[in-house]
Amino acid sequence: MANATSEKSRSDLELARRDLNAERKEVIELASTQVTPTRMELTKQKRKLQTATRGHKLLKDKRDELMRQFMELVRENMELRKKVEAGIKSANTNFVIAKAGMSEEILNVALMAPKQEVYLEVSKKNVMSVDTPVFEYKTRTADSNDIYSYGFAFTSSDLDGAVKSLADILPDMLLLAEREKACQLMASEIEKTRRRVNALEHVIIPQAQTNIKYITMKLDENERSTQIRLMKVKDMMLEEAHHYKEKQQA
Amino acid sequence: MYKIAVLGDYDSIYGFATLGLDTFPVTDPAEAVKKLHQLGSSEYAVIYMTEGLAAKIEHEIEKYKEQTLPAIILIPGVSGNTGKGIEGVKKSVEQAVGSDILFSN
Repeated sequence: MANATSEKSRSDLELARRDLNAERKEVIELASTQVTPTRMELTKQKRKLQTATRGHKLLKDKRDELMRQFMELVRENMELRKKVEAGIKSANTNFVIAKAGMSEEILNVALMAPKQEVYLEVSKKNVMSVDTPVFEYKTRTADSNDIYSYGFAFTSSDLDGAVKSLADILPDMLLLAEREKACQLMASEIEKTRRRVNALEHVIIPQAQTNIKYITMKLDENERSTQIRLMKVKDMMLEEAHHYKEKQQA
Repeated sequence: MYKIAVLGDYDSIYGFATLGLDTFPVTDPAEAVKKLHQLGSSEYAVIYMTEGLAAKIEHEIEKYKEQTLPAIILIPGVSGNTGKGIEGVKKSVEQAVGSDILFSN
């Protein structure tokens, strides 16, 4: 009976030792980029971990805020787009009707020399470190009727309507351009930030942690072996001085 | 001072000329790419492009996506809406979130 128990406890011990060895090996293997187990390296790794943790938190906050703003913007973008697309569609229909009502030459002549010109004033708005453009448009002449670049003698009234319908959606089109560009820029920024957050969370931080663990273990191990060596040396020196063994034998 | 350009087939874009936008009627993809780069590196802040044309030179447009200027915006042509513009918006949602959670239905 006693024999069986001791057999069991021995096998338990064996298992525990194997586990310990496996864990040790794992830690050593995980410290992939062979760090030198020195105190200096340990400080370096600790600082690295600290920076990475803080960077991770900041980037995570940045990502969340970007995402919140992006969501608002993209909803607006979608609505504007639907509005603009519907507007352009009806304007196009109007143009087709206008074109049907008169000859091609007259239409071409009527639209040949536009009176109006549109200029853009571009400023930049910084949204969470993403530079998004803001457009402000200026027309060459202030008169809104200058979109009609033709006399009314040879063209149909359908053309006036068509041109007007297109002019009406121009402000929305510019707003759409602004919002859509902002969305595209923010989307790529979010993607980048997300990658950075993931890299920090799943690679850099665990790596620094295992490195720290590895170095601490190695340093402890060294300390123990030094201690033992000193004890042994002390024993030997005492033996040398007092010859305990010989005295005992005598 | 920046200007606005419109690219696409003539029938889809001639109306924009009256508003004072610069129209460039192109239908050939190779020519469109050339024109796009030419406009992209000059004083144009916004380039409207018909969906039909944009579908043919998608990878070229992609290059301008991460630049602040110019903004390349798709508009439906005279032949109708292909849904490419809306798809572009969905794509940015997908890029940002990982999947289209807003407009998937």
